[in-house]
Parts: sequence; C-alpha cells; structure tokens
Amino acid sequence: MSAIVIFLALIAAVVGWWLSHQRLMSKPWLEAGPVTAFPETEASLMHPAKIGLGVFLAVVGTLFALLISAYFMRMVYADWQPAPVPKILWLNTAMLVLASIALQGAVSAAHKGQPDNLRLALLIGALASVAFLGGQLLAWRDFAAEGYFATENPATSFFYLLTAMHGLHIIGGLVALGRVNFRAWQSARSETLVLPTELCAMYWHVLLVVWVVLFCVLMGWAADLIDICRGLLT
Amino acid sequence: MVDLTPHGAGPISAAEVAEVELYHPHGWWTKYVFSQDAKVIAIQYAGTATAIGLVALVLSWLMRLKLGFPDTFASITPDTYYQFMTMHGMIMVIYLLTALFLGGFGNYLIPLMVGARDMVFPYVNMLSFWIYLLAVLVLAGSFFAPGGPTGAGWTLYPPQAITSGTPGGQDWGIILMLVSLILFIVGFTMGGLNYVVTVLQGRTRGMTLMRLPLTVWGIFTATVMALLAFPALFVACVMMLFDRVIGSSFFMPAIVEMGTNPLPHDGGSPIMFQHLFWFFGHPEVYIVALPAFGIVSDLISTHARKNIFGYRMMVWAIIGIGALSFVVWAHHMYVSGMHPYFGFFFATTTLIIAIPTAIKVYNWVLTLWRGDIHLTIPMLFALAFIVTFVNGGLTGLFLGNVVVDVPLAQTMFVVAHFHMVMGVAPILVVFGAIYHWYPKVTGRMLNEAMGRFHFWVTFLGAYLIFFPMHYVGLVGVPRRYPEIGDTAFVPPSVHTLNEFITIAALVVGFAQMVFLFNLLWSIRHGRPAGDNPWRATTLEWQTAGTPPPHGNFGKELPVVYRWAYDYSVPGASEDFIPQNDPRPRTQGGSA
Amino acid sequence: MAIALVLVLIVVGSVLFHVLSPWWSTPIASNWGYIDSTLVITFWITGTVFSAVVLFMAYCVYRFRHKEGQRASYEPESRKLESWLTVVTAVGVAALLAPGLFVWSQFVTVPSNATEVEIIAQQWQWSFRLPGANGKLGTSNTRFIGPDNPLGLNPQDPDGQDNIVVVAADLHLPVGKPVKMVLRSIDVIHNFYVPEFRAKMDMVPGMITYFWFTPTKTGTFEILCSQLCGVGHAFMRGVVKVDTEQDYLAWLQQQSTFAQLSAPTKTGALVEPAKAKAD
Repeated sequence: MSAIVIFLALIAAVVGWWLSHQRLMSKPWLEAGPVTAFPETEASLMHPAKIGLGVFLAVVGTLFALLISAYFMRMVYADWQPAPVPKILWLNTAMLVLASIALQGAVSAAHKGQPDNLRLALLIGALASVAFLGGQLLAWRDFAAEGYFATENPATSFFYLLTAMHGLHIIGGLVALGRVNFRAWQSARSETLVLPTELCAMYWHVLLVVWVVLFCVLMGWAADLIDICRGLLT
Repeated sequence: MVDLTPHGAGPISAAEVAEVELYHPHGWWTKYVFSQDAKVIAIQYAGTATAIGLVALVLSWLMRLKLGFPDTFASITPDTYYQFMTMHGMIMVIYLLTALFLGGFGNYLIPLMVGARDMVFPYVNMLSFWIYLLAVLVLAGSFFAPGGPTGAGWTLYPPQAITSGTPGGQDWGIILMLVSLILFIVGFTMGGLNYVVTVLQGRTRGMTLMRLPLTVWGIFTATVMALLAFPALFVACVMMLFDRVIGSSFFMPAIVEMGTNPLPHDGGSPIMFQHLFWFFGHPEVYIVALPAFGIVSDLISTHARKNIFGYRMMVWAIIGIGALSFVVWAHHMYVSGMHPYFGFFFATTTLIIAIPTAIKVYNWVLTLWRGDIHLTIPMLFALAFIVTFVNGGLTGLFLGNVVVDVPLAQTMFVVAHFHMVMGVAPILVVFGAIYHWYPKVTGRMLNEAMGRFHFWVTFLGAYLIFFPMHYVGLVGVPRRYPEIGDTAFVPPSVHTLNEFITIAALVVGFAQMVFLFNLLWSIRHGRPAGDNPWRATTLEWQTAGTPPPHGNFGKELPVVYRWAYDYSVPGASEDFIPQNDPRPRTQGGSA
Repeated sequence: MAIALVLVLIVVGSVLFHVLSPWWSTPIASNWGYIDSTLVITFWITGTVFSAVVLFMAYCVYRFRHKEGQRASYEPESRKLESWLTVVTAVGVAALLAPGLFVWSQFVTVPSNATEVEIIAQQWQWSFRLPGANGKLGTSNTRFIGPDNPLGLNPQDPDGQDNIVVVAADLHLPVGKPVKMVLRSIDVIHNFYVPEFRAKMDMVPGMITYFWFTPTKTGTFEILCSQLCGVGHAFMRGVVKVDTEQDYLAWLQQQSTFAQLSAPTKTGALVEPAKAKAD
C-alpha cells in the first residue's frame, strides 16, 4: 500500500497548503462584517469547472495509485512472471505525447484567438489519441497472439487491467474532446472555446503522466528503482 | 470585537456568476423527475435510500428471528441467513447511510447553508442520482436472480465470495453486487465533485471557511474522504469481477474446494483484497460519522440557544479525524494473518484518533453547560446520539487496542460495537435532523406526540438491543452464526438474552412505521412552521420562502456578516442573530 | 425532564448489568491471562468515562433546561479547559495503549521451545499435523492434494514422511507446553478459535499464519471457525483435548504417519479409519 499512501500524502500536502491560507486559527466570533480584508478566504475567482476537474483528477490519481499499489503487493509472490511488453507501446506513448502537445498548442491558439490553428491542434489531439487507443488494441492483439492471455499469469492480468483502465479514461476524455472539436468547426469564435480547450489539455496532461507511470511499472523500471532505493537504504 | 470593513470591493463569488447560468425547469418532468435542482435531487436520494433501507430493516428482523428463535424459524436456512446478512449490511452502510448523509442532506443543505443558488454542476448532480438509482435497482435485482443475492458478508472476502460454498458465489449474486457497487461509486463521484466544488466555489460573499456551520464542515470533509476512499473499493470490485468472470488470479490462490475440486486459480493474495477493502472500509466509518458529527453540533447549538463550544477545535478535530482515518485501516485485520508488527503501528494510530473524537464529545456536552436547553425532539435525538456514540466509541477502544481485540474479534461484541457507533448513533442524528429540517422542506412541523413516542421507543429500544449484545460476544459467541446451537461454553441464559434482543429489535422496527406515517401525515396536517421555527442563525432558515423556491434565495444572494453560532449574544435583543444580519452587535460582546 | 432521569438510569442500569449479569468470558485455559487483565483495565477506564460524560450531561439537562426568561451564557471557547481535557484524554489513551502493546509484543514473540502443530482448515472441517521425531513439519502445497494426501503434503520431502496426520478427528495437546499453531487453509479463509484459549488467527489459503499459547488446564475444548467460510460456517466444529503428558503420549502412539497413510497396501488396517473419515 506504499504507492497509495505516498500519493495521499501528496494530496494531504496540497490540502494542507490550501487550508493554511484559510485562517483556520482565527476566532470567527470576534469578526463581524463581510471580511473583505482577507480576499483569499472567499470563494476563488477560478472557474468552478477547473476546480471540479482538478478534484476529479485527484480521484483518478487515487484510482491508479491503488492499482499500482496492488501491482506491487502482488509482484512479490513467487509465481509472478512478467511477460515482455509489446514494442508498440513505445509508439503509443509517442502518440499520447503528441496529443498532449497538440492540446497545449490548442490552448495557446484559443488564447490568441486563432480559430484555424485551434481547429488543427484540436483535430491532431483527437486523432493522436485515437491512434493511441488503436495502438493499445494492437498491443493487446500481439500480446494475446504470443499466448499471454488475461488469465495466464497475474502479471499479464495486470497488463490488461491497467491498460484497460487507462484506455477507458482516454475514451471518456475523447467524448469531451469530440464535442470541443465539433464546436470549433461550427463557429469561428475561439474565445468561447478557451475554457473547454483548457480543461481538455489539463485532462490529457494528467492522463499522459498516469500513462508514463504505468509504462514504467509495466516495463519493470519502477520495480528496479525500488530495488535500487532499497539497496541504498540498507 | 473586530468590525471588518463593510461592503468593500471584494471578489464576486462564483455563486453570483452562476446565478445567470442557473438552469430553469420548464415542465413537470424537468421540475420533479429529471430535476437539476439540488433540493429535488436531495428528496430523490433520501426517498430511494429510505426505500431500500426499509428492505434492509425487514432483513434485520428476519435475522433476529432466526437468532432468537432458531427452531421456530428453521425455514430460514444458513443460505438465506447469509444472504439476508450480506444485503442488510451492504444496504445499511453504503446505500442508506452514505447516500442519505451525502446525497440527501448534502444536496439539500450545502447550497442553502453556504448561500448558493444550487450546486455548481447541476446536470452532473442529476446524473449522480440516476446512476445511484440504477445501482440500487441492480442490487435489488439480485434478490430475483438465479441463486439469489450473494451471501459473502458485506466484507465480500475472497476466496469464499466467489466459490461455490457461498450463496451466489458461482451464480449471479456476487456479480450483481460488484456491478452495483461500481455503479454506486461512479454515481457518488459525480455527486461528490458537486458537494466539494460547491463548498469551495459556491460560497456567498462573506462566507469564509471559519463561518461555515459545522454541518457543512462535516459533509464537506466526509465527501473529500469518500472521493479518495471509494476508488479502493472500486479497484477491489473490478479485480474481483476479473477473478470471477474471466478467471484471473488477483485474489485467488490455488485452492481445492471441498477437499476434492481444484480450481484453476493460482497464486493470488486474499490479504490484498482485505487491504484494499479496509482502505476504503475504515474511512467509510468516518464518511458516515463526520456528517453526523457536524449535524449534531448544529442541533445542540440551536436547541440549547448557545454557541457551539470550541468551534475552532471542532473544525480542527474534523480535519484531523479525516486525515488520520486513512492510516488506521489495518485495525480490522489484526487477526487476518498480516505481519504481526503492523499491529503496533495500527493500534497506536487507532487510539490516537480517539483523542480528537473525545474532544468533540466534550465540546458537545460543554455546549449544554449554562445553556438554555429546549428539550425539543431534535435535541432529544442529539442527546441520545451522544449516549450511544460515547458507548460505541468507547467499545472501539477495546477493538482498536490490538491485543484486547484478539479474543473479541469476530464475536458478537464487534457486531454490538459497530451497530452502536455507526448504526444507531448516526441514525439517531438522521432522525434528529429530519425533525429539525422537515419544517424547511415542507413548511410544516412533524407531529409532536408521534415524534416523542418514536424517540423514546427508538432510543431506549436500540440501547436495549445493542448494550447486552456486547456481553453475548464477551461470552465468546462468534458473529455470522445463524444459530450457536449446543456449545459447551455458551450457557443457556445466552439463548434467553437472544430472545429478549429479538423482541426489542421487532419493537424498535415497528416504531419506525410510526415515524414514516408521521412523515406522510404531517405534509398535510402538520402545524404550519413559518420560515424559521427554531429561531436559528444559519442561512437555510433565512430563505425567501418556505419551502425554498428554485434558486433558494430571492433576487439577491445573502451576504454573510458573522459566524453561524451567534446565539444568546450579550446585549442583543433576540437570543439569535442570523448570519446575514448586517447590524453590528451591541456593545458588551465577549472576549 | 424525563430525559435527565433516563440518562441517570442508563448509567446506573449499564453498570449494574455489567456487575450483576452472568455473562462474562469463559474460564481461561491458556497462558493469556494478561489479555484478560488488559480487557478488565479497558472496562474500568471506558466505564468511568462513559458514566462521567452521561451523568454530566444529565446534570446539564436538569440544571439548564429552558425556563421562562432564562438566557444561555456566551462562551465561544476556553483554551485552558480544552487543553486540560486533551491532556487527560491523551493520558487515558496511553494508559490503555501501553499495556495493550506490551502484551501484544508477547503475543507475537513465539518462545523458542514451542512445539509446532499444524492446523489445516477446509470447508467445513479441521485436520491436524504434528511433527515427527526430528520436530520438523515437512513442506506442503495445495497442488499435492489427492485422495491419499488430503492435506497436500509434499511426498518428496523427507521431513514430511514421519509427520503425524490427523484428518477430521480430535487434536490432543500436552498441558503446560508452549505450542506454535501453524495455520493453513486449503480453500477459503477460516479462523481457528477456541474461546478458552483467548488467542485466534485467520487461516488464509496460499499463506501460512501462526500464533502461540500454552494450554494451562486439561480438558476438552470446542474449536469454532470464526471467519465466514460459506454456508457451513456455523457447523464447522472440532475438538481439542488438553491431556496430561502421559495421556498425550498414549494418544500419540495410536496415530499414523504420512508415510503410513500414503502407502496403504503396506499398513492395511491402520489406515482404514482415517481414510474413511477423510472421505
């Protein structure tokens, strides 16, 4: 359970930092009036959707941290036989990086009010993500063709479980990104798309980070890193 | 007394921005069925939770009949007993208490108490309810599935949850249970995002965190915890579904069923499930308890006409309990076979969590000290909550203290403990809260005579059920036994005690019918309540009308000038000052 | 008003119930008297706190109930009182925790002279294995389970050959000798529970768990399963007999070893009863 405890400690640090600005030590019964002297303690000006997505991504992070915790817990048993990870995952990773970069480009295009660039960037982002999903399916096919089915060994079960969970999140994101794409081709006004584009980019960046972590876990690098750390400590 | 700059050019809260975007219903369907108004969603959540909760109540009677009179009720076989037990536990913990506190009270009270027109994402909020309803229907559907519902116990421990020796293990029961839980978690996450972001962003001007009523603090912290804890149950459910449906081996080691039938699984770890389950399961206790803590603080303060004692300590305690509850999960696993050295760590964290909890209890009773206690029905329920919560909390010190847990683990003592602390105590708060807020929801008071009858039977009856039950466990009777039978160490008097407990349980159960009748009867026949029958300070009592209209507040959102507990302020003409009252307190304030 | 009286009655009634009721732990038959002492300490401390809080509440309700013209006092907090209460609570919690952890450290430290006894659980019966002359239990694996080998002992392991196998019959233990109970399950999770011994532990398939104790009284004790293991959970009973050294050795003589059981043609009659029970 170390991965999840570390992840929650990070969340607790963020929450603690935010709470430390909320004057939790103040004595509210001594303060009457609208308290405009402390603007930070009021609701912030950030759009609720961004905060909502941020909280949701924390939940998503918890989910994957738990899956990784389970992976590490299961890994120490004797029958654990990791299978060679399909090569195509490298290409898929590149596709997801491309999608993330394209969506970052879309954000800056939306801010600058360049509808053509925005459309192009959004389209590249969506297509690259679809390519990523297609690549994941190919990886599954290759994996199964080599005889690694989901029930073969816990290591292969985890491979399918982790990639499927991540893929489902990308599919969910694609529904939103598809809508943004549609709206971008419908109207020429890019300023209304600033917020949705930003939300998509934020979601993709986090899912990219999640994927990179999962990739390291599946490649066995994470386990190596833990071994090295353990070696250093002892 | 610090009077802060009035009416400065502060930031405009998102609640005012949202005012423009507020969704307005156009027809009957969008107003009452597919409504995006948090108040309607709250009623839908509460209604659904109560309906499925009644099923669980009836199941508890059937179990009690079997426990009290095993020979008379020989028709309740172990199979059905375990199915009743599993469904009773799961429904009560997840589909009733969690849904009612967060989906019901959270939806109704958060926007009103923080001064918002609605939740920040009303559409997602509506989806949340419909997915919850679907989860409930899938769960209820398992009663009608071939093989019946699962009988694996609400903890669903593998391997037995998915093997053929357990009812529903190789049938549809366990699959429907896991699917229903997954749906519930998805639906809850949607609602939970709303509750959290509404508290963060929907607060009206002047409503700083330290001016929030403790009800909002409790529900807010519980929601944050639930958002972070439910993924653990989600992961456990998905992995068990893999094991059950496609035959993977996440939790399934090599086993030979009934000594003759080897299963194809190999190498999985049942303990891993327990870690995931309790990583969710322990915070879940506080997910139910924290809203109850918050609500009961407000009930006591309002009906004792006195500010809550030690408000800051109460807030810090809520945050502290919330954080600590993530590092105590393995105290459910002292005798599970995990490494024994974990026992030292988890016993210590578990007993440390008793300190902030005790502080909350002290502050509740100190609020009564030199108060002006109105013994209204909400107040009676609040007092009853303190008795049962203190009782159940203290028996938690037995079970949390690793070595004392060893003889008591898995006995009826545990059953008595958790029913007292997270069954009876939170439900008493739910009742108190309903008597308290019903006038705001319907505009009428609940009938007083029926209410008092309901209170006395429920409180005394529940205490008579669960206090003696501890001693059944102390004798050594294990839990999850449909009947103990002839066992040398169990004296015959225990059977008599079991019969007594059964009768008490039936009486308490039937008293709830009076309560349900009262709920329906008072909608039409209750005494009209007015806007603020309890003369309370918080914003939900200051709405433009009762019940509050769509959008909650009139044309302008209230501005908050003070904390939520200005009761009996020296020098003030009334014994309460609403939070949105701009008048400065007359001189002579305390401190 | 009635509520104040009822609160007092609840305290008085609960204390009287605790003192007068006939329901208490079964007489102990192992060395874990310390566990019982810790339990009693916990009862004293928690009982005092419960009585104090509820009686205080009853007094408040009686003394400060609403009367015409009464007004509550205004006191937002008292740091001094709250700090005091926190400190007192912390001391109380430490008083509970310290003996608890002390006894736990004994509970998890198996003495070196403890004999190993293996308990094997399956739906829904108990079997046992005792080491042979060299005091060692042979290795085992669920994969070895078959008609002649119901407990899954490794046929290749020389340590396992002289192990004494007791399938679905009573277990005997010598009084006064520490035993390490090595626990194993071949299907679902069970829990080896003898109320008189106080100690208990889950038996998890795929894992070997353990606990230790010293039987201090001779007699017959019932084994119960205390972890839900399917429909037969409540009926999964067994018997452990604590014998004097002499009786124990006599019983031991009558048992058969794994080698005898797995070669039925050579041993003939000896095996039949055991096999019949296994089936």
